[in-house]
Amino acid sequence: MSLLDATLVDWSRAQFAMTAMYHWLFVPLTLGLGVIMSVMETLYVRTGNEEWKKAAQFWMTLFGINFAIGVATGIILEFEFGTNWSNYSWFVGDIFGAPLAIEAILAFFMEATFISIMFFGWKKVSKRFHLAATWLTVLGATISALWILVANAWMQYPVGMEFNPNTVRNEMVDFWSILLSPVALNKFFHTVLSGWVLSGLFVTGVSAWYLLKKRQLNFALKSMKVAAVFGLISTLLIAYTGDGSAYNVSQRQPMKLAAMEGLYQGKTNAGLVAIGVLNPAKKAYNDATDPFLFKIQIPSMLSLLSQRDINAFVPGISNILDGGYQTKQGVALSFLEKQARGRAAIQSLALYQKAVTAKDTTGERMYKAQLKENYPQFGYGYIDKAETMIPSVPTVFYSFHLMVILGFYFIVLFALVLYFVNRKQIQKTNWLLWICLLSIPLGYVAGELGWVVAEVGRQPWAIQDVLPLNAAISNISSDSVRITFFLFLFLFSALLLAEVRIMLKQIKKGPEGEK
Amino acid sequence: MITYSFLQHYWWFLISLLGGLLAFLLFVQGGQSMLFSLSKTEDERRLLVNTLGRKWEYTFTTLVTFGGAFFASFPLFYSTSFGGAYWVWMIILFCFIIQAVSYEFQSKPGNVFGATTYRVFLFINGLLGTFLIGVAIATFFTGSDFIVNKGNITQQLAPVISSWGNEWHGLEALLNVRNLTLGLAVFFLARSLAVLFFINRLNHPVLEARSRKHLWYNAIPFVVFFLIFVIWTMFSEGYAVNASTGMVSLEKYKYFTNLLEMPVILGLFLLGVVGVLAGVVATWLFPAFKSGIWFSGIGTVVTVCSMLLITGYNNTSFYPSTHLQSSLTIFNASSSEFTLKAMSLVSLFIPVVLIYIFIAWRAMEKKRIDLEDVNGDEHAY
Repeated sequence: MSLLDATLVDWSRAQFAMTAMYHWLFVPLTLGLGVIMSVMETLYVRTGNEEWKKAAQFWMTLFGINFAIGVATGIILEFEFGTNWSNYSWFVGDIFGAPLAIEAILAFFMEATFISIMFFGWKKVSKRFHLAATWLTVLGATISALWILVANAWMQYPVGMEFNPNTVRNEMVDFWSILLSPVALNKFFHTVLSGWVLSGLFVTGVSAWYLLKKRQLNFALKSMKVAAVFGLISTLLIAYTGDGSAYNVSQRQPMKLAAMEGLYQGKTNAGLVAIGVLNPAKKAYNDATDPFLFKIQIPSMLSLLSQRDINAFVPGISNILDGGYQTKQGVALSFLEKQARGRAAIQSLALYQKAVTAKDTTGERMYKAQLKENYPQFGYGYIDKAETMIPSVPTVFYSFHLMVILGFYFIVLFALVLYFVNRKQIQKTNWLLWICLLSIPLGYVAGELGWVVAEVGRQPWAIQDVLPLNAAISNISSDSVRITFFLFLFLFSALLLAEVRIMLKQIKKGPEGEK
Repeated sequence: MITYSFLQHYWWFLISLLGGLLAFLLFVQGGQSMLFSLSKTEDERRLLVNTLGRKWEYTFTTLVTFGGAFFASFPLFYSTSFGGAYWVWMIILFCFIIQAVSYEFQSKPGNVFGATTYRVFLFINGLLGTFLIGVAIATFFTGSDFIVNKGNITQQLAPVISSWGNEWHGLEALLNVRNLTLGLAVFFLARSLAVLFFINRLNHPVLEARSRKHLWYNAIPFVVFFLIFVIWTMFSEGYAVNASTGMVSLEKYKYFTNLLEMPVILGLFLLGVVGVLAGVVATWLFPAFKSGIWFSGIGTVVTVCSMLLITGYNNTSFYPSTHLQSSLTIFNASSSEFTLKAMSLVSLFIPVVLIYIFIAWRAMEKKRIDLEDVNGDEHAY
């Protein structure tokens, strides 16, 4: 076959990243708003108070608008694994396809069935049946998130598999270790909670707008109270899962952690950068230039958080590439050693295939053993130079720090809102209402930044250590991908524009004027 | 005894069943393609939109499940077809993306592009979505130009195992007349089912009468194109697999032979065809008869399922290549035994899914839809 176009990987990455980022503009609100409106409907069913019903219906309308465009952007993501990452689809499809299929069978049908009752069933089914349908819609959305996040977590931390040289792919050998891997569980809670935080901000912000406009006061106060409680609990929980997330990264993806912290040279008692400005003059990972122009560190905190030991050594980018430091598994290999082993693994696979064709059973056994020995570094065989192993440090560093800062800001914001709501003074604190309103976009920013850290941070891997992006690709022209990239960009942007305008119109109309 | 071969056959059955269900649920797309021709007034159009709009997610979800199940059970198809026939799948996906927002957005104030634009989106989805899915499925019988070489994974600079043989990336399927006949058959079938659905669900005498008239405009072309495709296929060469060597070769009357050698599938196929025709003919003969959708719908599921079964069973390549030895079979394209077993356990939940869909459908469909119903619904499109 012919060599692949050099820009194909970049365009394929761009298309997938663009689709995923658009998708993630809509999904988190669906996850969290769903819970908020379900709580409100539960309050309606329990108290009989029509105000709660109106509130639930209003947020449901916004949920529906958001849900539709989430579905539109979601379908393309599933199929892009095949269209743009066809080698990936075969190489790990035996493992990766299962969560996607389970997601469709167990979650999508639940959503599709009960959302119809939720929207159209108010006059057709009993109150309790309707309430059950609303909760089941949200449950479906959450189960859907579980399975796709299990799949994503597996890409970051591939477990429960074995490479089969006869089929030339990785095959599942332990379903439960994939589902219950610490990375998967943490990722699920962290990601769903980020949706809840965003929804808390969204409902708080929209309610603040009504209060500023002196409209729908009862509805706005009710909504704000529910959202602030929900948001505060979610932000506190997400701080906990965030710690778990960073710990998992430190244990399984040390390069990502090093990029998150701008850590080039590892150290014991490593400090955590609270705020910092990277030095753009730093060109190479092993030059003597200081990576920071300015930074404020919390002493030893990075060692404590990442290794659970204040005195522990945290490897930097140079250490990871040069190897030689002690890890729990032994002395770390250098990039060159890993590359050599990866190439040996690929070579062994080629020789194994020849031996099979020649019916050389001795050769088969020998090359299979060699392959097995070197397989943990298989993916390194496709990587040409050490620099490829380093993700974009500024992108990952700033994304991570901004996300964390925003997380702490949200805790303070929700606590303040709750304080003033409980003292029945929220309507008098215009400054806080404006802050609530202006903070809505920050929830979206934080969520997107989280994904940037997770996905840019693991470059160049499609599957950590097993398959780099350049070996995961489809054999198509980069022109084809470029065309579809711009087609989708145009379409998604147009739909986003429509979605935002519809949402704004609905909010302006409010629950009373709802269509 | 649950063997690897049994699991591969079981999953090909599930894929075929999902294909059958998808074909039935394409009535939503069929209805969308008639939004402008079946209705004459805005009220009528709105009624059609709202009648279809309560079902569109089932079709969408079934399509996604069809893709997900294919990925999980036959990943080599997923990587070869989607990555190879890039343009056909991308256009199909494009058609479904524009559908997903169109119901929800069209009647909402501030939707930027106006209701007509979203209805045109629905029309495009109805027209191209059905036709191209039909063309893509036809290649399961006629073959495609691709090469699979798993050994490529050891080529460090060009490790892709599946490659398309031409630069058209799937669009060349449109040059094959047999593919076009199935595309047109699916298109007219979807429209025929839509008409039967409207007759069943609408409480609107004018639209019902018009639907009965449109049944013929669509059912006759459907039957013609379907028969051309089936007869042509039965008398053509098929892609046979040697059970002991796995070698693929062209075999005259392969699909016809498959039907004869698998009498249960032959029986299902005939029963399905009779079901589809019975729904149409009974609706035509008896003006009070409104249940044609159930006969034709179930008939569609059974017919399409049995047609897909004969592409995968009885030592046949379900996704053949013109480079014969690259053809995909349920044996060389499937997931591992472990994965198929795990997925089979998950598939035991399917009856539960069907039960709650049935309960929900019954709860929501107690009476036929009319304008009053739409106007009184706060969430109507």
